[in-house]
Order: sequence, then structure tokens, then C-alpha cells
Amino acid sequence: MWDYTENVMDHFRNPRNVGKLENPDGVGEVGSLACGDSLKLMFKLDDEGRIADAKFQTFGCGSAIASSSALTEIIKGMTLEEAASVTNQDIVDYLGELPEEKLHCSVMGSEALEAAITNYRTGAQPDAATEELIICKCFGVTEEQIERAIGEHNLTTVAEVTNYTKAGGACGGCHPDIEKLLLKHAEQKAPSTTAEQISKKRLTNIEKIKLIQDTIEREIRPELRKDGGDIELVDVNGNEVLVSMRGNCAGCQVAEFTLSKVVEQKLREFVAPELIVVEEK
Amino acid sequence: MKPLIYLDNNATTAVAPEVVEAMLPFWTEQYGNPSSIYRFGGDITKHVEHARDQVANMLGAQPEEIIFTAGGTEGDNASIFGVLDAIDPARRHVITTQVEHPAVQTVCRYLKNKGYRLTELHVDKNGALDLEQLQEELTPETALVSIMWANNETGVVFPMDQIAAIVKSQGVLLHTDAVQAIGKIPIDVDRVPVDLLTISGHKFHAPKGVGAMYIRKGTRIRPFIKGGHQEGGKRAGTENVAGVVGLGVASELALAHLEEENDRVRRLRDKLETGILSSCQDAILNGLERTPNTLNVSFKYIEGEAILLMLDEYGICASSGSACTSGSLEPSHVMRAMGVPFTAAHGSIRFSLSVYNTEADIDKVIEVLPPIVDRLREISPFVD
Repeated sequence: MWDYTENVMDHFRNPRNVGKLENPDGVGEVGSLACGDSLKLMFKLDDEGRIADAKFQTFGCGSAIASSSALTEIIKGMTLEEAASVTNQDIVDYLGELPEEKLHCSVMGSEALEAAITNYRTGAQPDAATEELIICKCFGVTEEQIERAIGEHNLTTVAEVTNYTKAGGACGGCHPDIEKLLLKHAEQKAPSTTAEQISKKRLTNIEKIKLIQDTIEREIRPELRKDGGDIELVDVNGNEVLVSMRGNCAGCQVAEFTLSKVVEQKLREFVAPELIVVEEK
Repeated sequence: MKPLIYLDNNATTAVAPEVVEAMLPFWTEQYGNPSSIYRFGGDITKHVEHARDQVANMLGAQPEEIIFTAGGTEGDNASIFGVLDAIDPARRHVITTQVEHPAVQTVCRYLKNKGYRLTELHVDKNGALDLEQLQEELTPETALVSIMWANNETGVVFPMDQIAAIVKSQGVLLHTDAVQAIGKIPIDVDRVPVDLLTISGHKFHAPKGVGAMYIRKGTRIRPFIKGGHQEGGKRAGTENVAGVVGLGVASELALAHLEEENDRVRRLRDKLETGILSSCQDAILNGLERTPNTLNVSFKYIEGEAILLMLDEYGICASSGSACTSGSLEPSHVMRAMGVPFTAAHGSIRFSLSVYNTEADIDKVIEVLPPIVDRLREISPFVD
């Protein structure tokens, strides 16, 4: 059982500013279902360029919801310059305390804020995961995100990096890489990189997953059901879409054909041409 | 303080009042050491041996085939390491499943790191094993097969009689972690020829810190915990007398309550299952052939810890396969092995009942859960 403070529980039980905004000025989305948490942040500016309203939607645990709620309360009334300097530590301070293992929830908040501000300024969503070197493949955490966490919080162990970024929290295969980054930081004692890498606008993870789900529901499943088959979306990893064939499709001789001619073709048509569909065995 | 509605009996159970009563004297006046020569100590042996009879009777075993341990994890470790320590060292292949409890899975993966060949059998989306795969994987090099009798997360029961028939026909040793099966389904080692079997007291109304392993007569095994002569030299350490006595009484109760478990408790579980599945959209049942007390259901697009925290507000205790509840960051390996889509794996909730649950407990959950699910879906970005 986590030892959540009363303040965290209050923001979990009664989250402030849940929902969507009509015509938001900035939208930031981070995380994904596969990662176990995600946050969509929206804000609207007033005539003086201050954040007049902010709303959020979160998939995640108690501290993820509380962190999102706190974030919206913090940034309301701020100018964008002020908001840009809000860090995950501000969210933790606002809530009083978060368990160490849950610090990544506050980091998700600051990342969503950064994404929303970037979205307002450039109209883009930073889609770091597809453009940069991914260190933790389980959670899609990039080298830059890890280096930044190490620099900002002076992290010295892999466990600390996991607490802040989730990197290394699953299979552990990237622990040597994280250790290398820790070593590099210890040797350089250099300030963290702040270079903004904004890729050209594409679908965010959440948008992509939802579009894939919708396409399966609308275009693919009805076709398969005609033959007594079915399909289940298992995971989306970059451009790889992992599906599981069910019913008559499972073990069907022409399942492979169905996979490439029906499933992949539809998903490429309706979602993105670079998608690759793989069947989970 | 709200009344407690305890629906997490696969995690641990209330100690039965009869068990507490039976244990008390061994913490107070009867504190002697069974190994002592004087009667004040030696007399205690009778109580330990009576408990051994009670456990043996529950399992259909002989008393001398029962070894007391400190719990399920010890029993699993002692079975696996003990057998491998005594077997022909050329046999370096172990078979287990993808859905074992960490007490077995972690040990098997440790062995793999030490150079053993490890086969983890797959399960299908219902959590069922592929017995043909088991048959195919058995080789003359196979030293041990370790397969749980019932799964802790889903309650899925493996067909141990068929598994034993396959494994024994190849002359390979079979261990089963029966921690989640005791008191829920009939267990009879006379009928189902497993070689080793692990049980844990606190999963069936005995206290934490005591358990037992069944070792079929004639099985070659070396002690995992080495030291004194206790337990016929198979498990060193002064007996946890009070715990052992409690385990004995709990074994009698488990046998006596087996029918109620499969009748009244099953009906309560089924009522909960139907109530949830009919009132919550996008709820998926995980696991098909199950113990009568377990319900594992996934709520798509929301996360398990958040559901549990909200249930806790009503005094309702359950658990989740979500990453966030465990401190690990990955969702349950059981959900993953069953191919539960990620949209649902993080939102899986396990309710596990016992004979102490009432109809009112179940009605309360059916009343409060749907609004909780709705509320969290309002917050979720994946639901429009």
C-alpha cells in the first residue's frame, strides 16, 4: 500500500479541472495505455496571455490523477513564461509529497505541460519517441529524457532514474545503458541538455492508438466476424501493431493472408501508411 | 470506520477463531521445545504430530510425507532446489509455466541463469495450459516439472490429474504449488500422483509464517534448510509449534468447508461476476475454469490502482494486476501471458472470497463499483 498524503488523496478523490476545453490554445499529450499511464492537458489563454483555464484527462493510478489535478491548479493564472518554468518538483511540492516510486507521475505532468506550451507556440506535438534514441524499450523512454532527469535531479542510481522516468522498470535490459548515462553525467557534471527537438507533426501515441482501435472496430472486425473470426489489439509499439486473432481466425490457414490483406491494408489506409501488423503467437 | 468487506482471500485470510484458540496455549504455558528430553518439552511433540496427521488427512497423504515449513515460498524453494540437489546432475532441464507465482518463477529463472535449460509452458487466452506442449517438452534430461494447481491471480485450475499422468509416464518428478487450491477444490495425492506439493497456512485461515510440503515416499530430495535433525532431517529448525498446531486445525476446517466453498461461496462469486459484467460496460472476465472463490475482471481504459483506492473508501479490499499497485512498473505477468490486451491489463481487479463473506458484502460491491468505473472513465482520455 502506498503511503499517500491526505493532499494527494484529496486531489485523487476530488480532482480539479477534469475534462476537455472547447477550442483550446494548447494541448499536450504524453504517455500511452501500454505504459500504464497517460495525460492529456489543455489550456486556454485570456487576452493578457495568461492561462485562463486548464483541463486534463488522465489514465493512471491515484498519484497520476492527483499530479494532473495539481498541475492544472498550479498553472491557472500563470503567463506562458511562468508556466514554462514549472517543474515536476513544483507538482510534488504542491501535493506535499509523493512516494519515490511514483515520482514519474509528476514528471508526466511537467512533460504534458511542456508539450502543451510547445503545441501553442508551434502548433506541433513533440513526438520525441519516434525521432530519438530510445533507451528503455518497455516504456519508450528516450536518451534525452533520461539525461534530463539525471541532470535536473542529480540522480546517481538506476533505481532513481526508474522512479523519475520509469526507464528500466520492466525487463531491466537497459540498465547497462542507464548506467552509462549516469557515468557520463558523473564524469562531465555537465548541465542537462535543453535542446528542444520538435519533430514534424504526426499522430501522438494516444491519437494513433485510438485511431487504430476505431479502425479495427469499424472497418476490420465486422469483416472478420462475417466468417466467425475476431481480432484483438494487443499492443502498439512505434509503427508495429501487435494483434491477436481470435475465433475462427485463430489457427486459420489463411489467417496470414487476412492479416496482410485486410488488417494491415485497412490500418495503413485509415491510420498511417508505415504501420506493420504483427500477430501475437 | 466503515465495516470491512474483505475480498482479497487469495492474498491472505482471516485466522479462524478455532485456529487462534488452538494455538494460544503454545504461546503461553506450553512453550517447551519438542526436541527436549523432559516431558514439558517432549509432550509438545504429540501436538506437532497430531497436526501432521490433520494435514496429511486433508491431502490424502501419509503423515510421514508431510514436512512443516515457514510457508509457500519456502515450500516451493525447498521442493525445487531439494530435488535438483539430489538428482543425476546430467539432468538439467526444468519445465514450468508462464503464469507461476514468483516463488516458483523466480527460482526457475535463477536456475536458468545458472545454466539449466528452462521451458515455460504457454497458456491461452482463457489461462488454460497446452498439455500437448507439456508432452512434447519432456525429455530424458528433464529433472523436474513444477506446475501450479490453481493460479493466484485468476483462480484458473490446471488439470493436475492429466498433468501428472503425462509427467509420470515419462518418469519425471512433478511438483505442484497448491497454495491457491487448498480448501477450494478437492486435493488427493492418492488419486493425483504428484511427487511434491506446497501449501501455505495463511491462505486457508491459519496464520502467516507456517506451511507444509508433501513429499511422496521414496522421492529423493536433500534438505533446503540445513541444520538440526527436525522433521526427519528434511527441514532443520525448531518447530513453529503454535503455527503448526494452527495449520492442523485449519486443515480440518478446510476439509469440512470444502462443500460450502463449492456451493455457497461459488454462488456468491457467480453473483458478483454476473452483477459486475451486466452493469459495467467494457468489462472482461479473465480466466475460465476457476476455483470457486476467485473473480478476475478487467475494466478497459482505466487503471487498477485508482479503482482499488476508490473501493477502499467503502472498506472494500481487493487487488489488481496493474503495474502501479505492486511497485513494479509492469502489469501482471499472468495477464500478459494470457494475451489480455493492454487496454485491459492495467485495469484488472481480482476479488477473492472466503467462507466468511456474506451476501451483503457482494451486494455492496455490485452497488458501488459501477459508479467508480464510470467516474474513472470520465477522467480517462481514452473514453469519449
